[in-house]
Amino acid sequence: MIEIKNIVKSFEGREVLKDVSTVFEKGKTNLIIGQSGSGKTVLLKCIVGLFDIDGGEILFDGRNNASMNFQERGLLRQEIGMVFQNGALFDSLTVEENVRFPMDMFTEMTMKEKLDRLNFCLERVNIKDSNHLYPSELSGGMRKRVAIARAIALNPRYLFCDEPNSGLDPVTSILIDNLIKEITAEFDITTIINTHDMNSVMEIGDNILFISEGEKGWEGNSSQIFSTRNKKLNAFVFASPFSKQLKEIKQMEDDE
Amino acid sequence: MGVLHHIGQYFLLLVKIFKKPEKKSIYLRQLVLEIEKLGINSIGIVAVISVFMGGIITLQLTYNMSNPLMPTYIIGLGNRDTLILEFSSTVLSLMLAGKVGSNIASELGSMRITEQIDSMEIMGVNSASYLILPKIVAFVFMSPFLFIISVGCGLIGGLITGPLSGVVIVATYITGIKTTFVPFYVYFSIIKTLVFGFLISSVPAYLGYYVQGGALEVGRISTKAVVNTSILILFFDLVLTQLLFK
Ligand SMILES: Nc1ncnc2c1ncn2[C@@H]1O[C@H](COP(=O)(O)OP(=O)(O)O)[C@@H](O)[C@H]1O
Ligand SMILES: [Mg+2]
Repeated sequence: MIEIKNIVKSFEGREVLKDVSTVFEKGKTNLIIGQSGSGKTVLLKCIVGLFDIDGGEILFDGRNNASMNFQERGLLRQEIGMVFQNGALFDSLTVEENVRFPMDMFTEMTMKEKLDRLNFCLERVNIKDSNHLYPSELSGGMRKRVAIARAIALNPRYLFCDEPNSGLDPVTSILIDNLIKEITAEFDITTIINTHDMNSVMEIGDNILFISEGEKGWEGNSSQIFSTRNKKLNAFVFASPFSKQLKEIKQMEDDE
Repeated sequence: MGVLHHIGQYFLLLVKIFKKPEKKSIYLRQLVLEIEKLGINSIGIVAVISVFMGGIITLQLTYNMSNPLMPTYIIGLGNRDTLILEFSSTVLSLMLAGKVGSNIASELGSMRITEQIDSMEIMGVNSASYLILPKIVAFVFMSPFLFIISVGCGLIGGLITGPLSGVVIVATYITGIKTTFVPFYVYFSIIKTLVFGFLISSVPAYLGYYVQGGALEVGRISTKAVVNTSILILFFDLVLTQLLFK
């Protein structure tokens, strides 16, 4: 479980996050949704510690990362896995070396143990016979899957994904979404996912936090999101003509 | 403000770089890779440029010797000292700033904008030390060798063009190379190449590591890295010459 309280973050005097508080639950897929530029990535990077926050608290299962010393923070980072927007695989390393990298850096595992673990992770994300390819030789979907494999290599307690299905076709997107959801439940991870994809919201939205211009606009789950009266959220959820029609049909049914 | 800010950030980055490496074995592996990438892979171009420059310096010396009474061994001597004092140390470093500096800046810059550096930091890896320390150590280590190779190739260049132009015979040219050799010139230049080697690897690394934006900025920053490193090399050439030649 990760709890954030009154997070404030500005860049050069411009407030990008304004007093955001919420709880992200363990074993669930927690979604952060919102328009492009609303502050999702900044919020995620504040939580993982890539950006320093200007105010507020972040608690990882009760542990406040602001009051940790350098060493404790290093250990916390080893409990974190992160999948970046475009995978952020290391260009100069093969698929196998990418997934092995955290093990090489932080464990005293033997080569055999590392190979077992990396093959387990790659199989888990359905990557086969690609161990010796370089990231530039992979498709977008494969790159994301390798990034997920690398993120879970050290059995993280917390998993962060920034737009895991941006740039992917709808079928691959759903595969990736479900993969993350399965892994989350299977290993009892606290997972936080940034997305602006309504399909993901419906598929895997256990908990949803809606960010609008740096503020918390709404929170709830995927079954509540369609009946909300929140104007900004409605404008976001029903932005496409297709979803507008669905809403009209639903309203007609409700009126009857 | 701008310049001071950069100098401050540069030294803060150096502090981060020179932390004890997390894993010795991985660090050594990176070091070997960088020695190959930055050092060994530069030998070819260093050799080619130096042969030509040695030849050109020799020809220039020959054609500018207006006094017929001047002994021709001066040609070998002049080529040797020009190579040692300025060409193989300073001018060659300017060229390597172009080759190695832009390579380092663009590599780190593209890792930054594609979030590869962030993803290392998330894992808890000291990305500055992991990525930059092996580059600095590798290139500073290789710099004196590149210098020696350059002097050697430059002398060979003179050996080819001098006798071909018909002004100096091989034996006299070689006598010239051996005449009034001052070992201090070599020590002086090796000190210079070590300093320049540090500049060529660390300044572009600093600029690339902190780049913001997209591919366009990465391109811009590698150009900036070459220009700034070159100016710093010339500045330190001036300072070191003043300090060490007193
Ligand atoms: N490093 C930064 N420096 C300054 N401004 C930033 C930085 N990162 C993000 N921003 C700004 O913060 C706002 C939110 O960005 P971001 O979190 O990336 O949006 P998104 O919801 O699309 O992920 C944007 O206006 C962006 O310009
Ligand atoms: Mg984003």
